[in-house]
Amino acid sequence: MDRRDFLALSTFFTGAALSPSIFGKAIAASQLQDQIDIAVKKTLADAALSAATGAGASYCDVRVGRYLRQFVITRERNVQNIVNTESTGTGVRVIADGAWGFAATNDMTPEAVANAARQATAMAKANARIQSAPVKLAATPGVGEVSWRTPIKKNAMEVPIADKVDLLMSVNDAALSAGANFVNSLLFLVNEQKYFASTDGSYIDQDVHRIWAPFTVTAVDTTTGKFRSREGLSAPMGLGYEYMDGRAEDKFVLSNGLTTYGMSYDMKEDAVAAARDAQAKLKAPSVKPGKYDLVLDPNHLGLTIHESVGHPLELDRVLGYEANYAGTSFATLDKRDAAFKYGSEIVNLFADKTQVGSLGAVAYDDEGVKCKRWDLVKDGILVDYQTIRDQAHIVGKDASDGCCYADSWSSVQFQRMANVSLAPGKTKMSPADMIAGVENGIYIAGRGSFSIDQQRYNAQFGGTVFYEIKNGKLGPMIEDVAYQMRTPEFWGACSAICDESDYRMFGSFFDGKGQPSQVSAVSHGSSTTRFDGINVINTARSLG
Amino acid sequence: MSILSESQAKAILDKVIAFSTADSTIATLGGGIQGNVRFARNDISTAGVVDDIELGVQVAFGKRVGTASINQFDDASLERVVRRAEDLAKLAPENPEFVAPVGQQTYRPTETFSAATAALTAEARAKIAEASILPCRERGLIAAGFLEDGHTFFAHANSNGNFGYQQSTIADYTCTVRTEDGRGSGWVGTNVQNIETFDAAKDVQIAMRKAAASVDAQALEPGKYTVILEPAAAAGLISFMMNFFDARAADEGRSFLSKQGGGHKIGEQIMGPRGNIYTGPWPPPCPAPPWGGDGLPREKTAIIEGGKVANLEYSRYWAQKQGKPEKAGWGNVIMEGGSKSTADLIAGTERGILLTRTWYIRMVDPQTVLLTGLTRDGTFYIENGQLKYPIKNFRFNESPVIMLNNIEELGRAVRVKADEGGSMLLPPMKIRDFTFTSLSDAV
Repeated sequence: MDRRDFLALSTFFTGAALSPSIFGKAIAASQLQDQIDIAVKKTLADAALSAATGAGASYCDVRVGRYLRQFVITRERNVQNIVNTESTGTGVRVIADGAWGFAATNDMTPEAVANAARQATAMAKANARIQSAPVKLAATPGVGEVSWRTPIKKNAMEVPIADKVDLLMSVNDAALSAGANFVNSLLFLVNEQKYFASTDGSYIDQDVHRIWAPFTVTAVDTTTGKFRSREGLSAPMGLGYEYMDGRAEDKFVLSNGLTTYGMSYDMKEDAVAAARDAQAKLKAPSVKPGKYDLVLDPNHLGLTIHESVGHPLELDRVLGYEANYAGTSFATLDKRDAAFKYGSEIVNLFADKTQVGSLGAVAYDDEGVKCKRWDLVKDGILVDYQTIRDQAHIVGKDASDGCCYADSWSSVQFQRMANVSLAPGKTKMSPADMIAGVENGIYIAGRGSFSIDQQRYNAQFGGTVFYEIKNGKLGPMIEDVAYQMRTPEFWGACSAICDESDYRMFGSFFDGKGQPSQVSAVSHGSSTTRFDGINVINTARSLG
Repeated sequence: MSILSESQAKAILDKVIAFSTADSTIATLGGGIQGNVRFARNDISTAGVVDDIELGVQVAFGKRVGTASINQFDDASLERVVRRAEDLAKLAPENPEFVAPVGQQTYRPTETFSAATAALTAEARAKIAEASILPCRERGLIAAGFLEDGHTFFAHANSNGNFGYQQSTIADYTCTVRTEDGRGSGWVGTNVQNIETFDAAKDVQIAMRKAAASVDAQALEPGKYTVILEPAAAAGLISFMMNFFDARAADEGRSFLSKQGGGHKIGEQIMGPRGNIYTGPWPPPCPAPPWGGDGLPREKTAIIEGGKVANLEYSRYWAQKQGKPEKAGWGNVIMEGGSKSTADLIAGTERGILLTRTWYIRMVDPQTVLLTGLTRDGTFYIENGQLKYPIKNFRFNESPVIMLNNIEELGRAVRVKADEGGSMLLPPMKIRDFTFTSLSDAV
């Protein structure tokens, strides 16, 4: 969903930008530093809890949310728009007569919130009529009044707009000076202020921060009619504005000069490289299709992990709750019970909602469950899934894994992917060591086209930049590369993983799922990884 | 509260415009009630209703622009949101591409409202879910589906005296039915303005038949095949392509509609002569609001005529820069077809493949609009005019531009949900040489 949502976002940035939108209402910069008084949030929450139980609900949770975003949008030498948005309201979810109901309102009065609670309860009762079995929630302890904040060093909302404009203008200028014909750049800052309360006795106040700094550089050859774009190699992160510091220790440099980034990002440096890469892409030879050993940079592999591991191991998909839209999963419960071989013995994949710097990091999920790290694939064997409270009992668990999330106060929370990552290799190995062992391969960095079937078997991935590997050496840039894979065979072909010194995170800001569709932000960590004998196709076509 | 009448909306917008001290002001007011019910594993899994309304204000001092919005409507709040937008505008650098608001316009209303859809209740939604689930329970099948309906209004006004108001309704239903053993899957989707034209009990039968008939799928070799795309299967590819008719991108050389040597391809043949696509806000069954986001009145506009590019979409800025007339942004896509049903197209096919649904479509190469994606929930081999047997799903790598060069026949156009939301009118399409590149084990 990422790209399509980004297209929608671009329209919002550059168009009249006045239609009511998913991005909320715009506010003054000074208000981005405000918080709703916690006593007000508790009053609203208690009004809903009381109204719901009074109307016959056996369970109720309330989310009082204030969702802030800031966008600075540029192209070439122009700032196209600066937008501050805010969306505030309350969502109430109840169980009544064994069924779920949900209602949300932007009216922040106890009366309106109580009314939403009664509406949700009535809806649950209507839904219960044909319910074959009552909803069963795994127990989770009430934690009383607690709070948590993303451990940021510099609140991006407090950085002056002039500094952000100066940064993006310098990025664009550098790209244009280095040979770009066009450049679009963007700062996208998020602050979710979420207050959760439930009839279990929890009152959880969380302040979540995220940052993303994407750009696209395009080179055009009007003589041939050819154009090529190169995206930035940053990752959206669960960090503050310190991510834009571009510290030397966070850079990962290949022998050909290709630089990728870890816990901070040098946007201007990457823009210069992107302009040169876009020009090089216009002249790069087209790949010869066939079998190759692939060496995948973490900023590319993250999306492959996301699609072929993160999604198929969501228990709601496995059970059929997403059958109508996102799909089901090949990784069925019988496979877990039979110790299904998901990948080679060096493959260890884990879920972690606590990873510092990750997009999905919180202390408690959106149904009040404390977050944690756990194994999904251990030594190549499928061992577990990601669950929420109303599914845990189906797989014999007595507690949720804490994977519940809603993208707004107005959206009902449901199962979303944790940060799912590939553990680094246990023996010392750098990307250079790995490349030295490859005879006929392709090195891929950055995200590109991605598509996978509804059970997560058959996938096709492109990338941002591709380099030939011949006899242990990185060769020239090549183009028109996409690889096709079947998930278990692909992970079975994993033959080497670089050590933890190479570990970094990829991020997805707009992971789409659910009906009505919701987005979620999630990170995927890995070190550079090798996959042997993967099928590569050539994607060049002619329109005649 | 969420649906304001035209006079209520105008009174609020007039106050907002009056409060502004900026050189120009645009104000919009929109809101509504969105309801939904979701079911899976033959039970209702979630249901919800969201009630929201929002006022947006964009002001400009010269070319400095600020936007703000609010959801409170007393006079003090209205003035506060205007001052907030003015403060932001004063902070913003000049945008050389800023275009002042349009002057007073005349809009011809479009029929976007249905009282029956606006009156849908939680109880009625639960009954639609029930009508989908119960027959599946009786037949040992598993239903998963979703109904989402909305009753919305939208109004806008600006400091040049322009004003518009309209209400809309929409209901979108989809249902996937699977066999208990997971070896068969079928799908149905319906997108309507008037809920009275929709019958869940009838529609679910289509998904049930396809689920039962798709068990024991056979594997065909990937390659080029004649395919019949049901309108919903074609929608993902066609609506994706329609994102790339922007005139500026074409003029800048970064579009499949850029001409070698410079300029765009207006007037050039890019598809077969059967390709006719236009946009227009009035025609049932998929009318669009009568104005674009820029406030200009929409009108019928040819996009592809006889396979030739007839028009591209210009922003007001780019139209002014290029010396072109300013026209409203497009609101819908209508592709003309013939009179035959999908069943008629199947009956006239010696050998081919029927595609019910396409999935996870993504751009591979913008130079050629090469897209990749997969088939799902009802893929069948056709032989001598009949569905012969179910086949395993395929991954395709195909450009809709190339696809529309290979039209064998088009059927009767129907309303379908566009890939990005909204509605399209699309025919079932019989296409030769459609490119499948690999098999998928997914059911």
